[in-house]
Amino acid sequence: MLTGSVIIFYLLAALTLACGLLSVTTRHIFRAAIYLLFSLIGIAGIYFWLQYEFIAAVQIVVYAGGIAVLIIFSIFLTQQAGDKLAAQTNQRKIFALLAVFCGFALTMLQVYQHEFYLSAFPTGSVSIHAIGEQMLNVDQSGYALPFEVISMLLLAAMIGCIVIALRIKNQTEENPPAIGNSES
Amino acid sequence: MQPGLYHILFISAALFFIGVYGFFTRRNLITMLMSIELILNSVNLNFIAFNKYLWPEKMDGLFFTVFIIAIAAAEAAVAIAIIINLYRSHHSIDVEQAEELKN
Repeated sequence: MLTGSVIIFYLLAALTLACGLLSVTTRHIFRAAIYLLFSLIGIAGIYFWLQYEFIAAVQIVVYAGGIAVLIIFSIFLTQQAGDKLAAQTNQRKIFALLAVFCGFALTMLQVYQHEFYLSAFPTGSVSIHAIGEQMLNVDQSGYALPFEVISMLLLAAMIGCIVIALRIKNQTEENPPAIGNSES
Repeated sequence: MQPGLYHILFISAALFFIGVYGFFTRRNLITMLMSIELILNSVNLNFIAFNKYLWPEKMDGLFFTVFIIAIAAAEAAVAIAIIINLYRSHHSIDVEQAEELKN
């Protein structure tokens, strides 16, 4: 049965995997960032295909819109245009490939041998209302505490970024700012 | 063939090991960060697939994914601040050159 939905799924999967593979193998760092962006968009497409629209929207906003742009900006700040990354030694590539293939084979073997108890009725999309209700619920099934903890973490990360990026005055090149002090 | 749980687990495992390969072979801090993002995304995909196909009446996988995305955003921001600071003081973001933490 080759319906439209199936074709779209395979196209999204191919986009995600091909762009991910190109992203870790290309020697142009800027192209690597762009391939990563398309891989993230492919994953967002898979979320749409699974009818988790909320997660797909979060994925596009945070990953494709936030992290990818952050990475591209940091490439602009740290690389000379047109520079290629140094080529890796063949020995390192071979050992990495070996480890990755063994790990992948083992994982897939485990996955295909395991009998999953699939639910009889995979439901459609989850409503935003239900998500918000459970996220801010304080009873047994609610996620209010992790929500608050994440908000504290984001605040700490923001302050940490500011402290790390702060340029301390009358500081010499031999004495770079202490990075480890920003966590407290 | 109708795509199901196993197809998505295959994609997520492949994406995870692509990220691991990038992490092993790359020596530039930004590209290593990009590999970590791929790994985190494969984990998210796993959570969503299990939530969809095994426990569709619950939403726990969805919340784990949301929290992982939030933590990944914070992690990327802090990592890039550190990378830019490292570039300022060493004029390189190659991990082979950044060996001062060893001492």
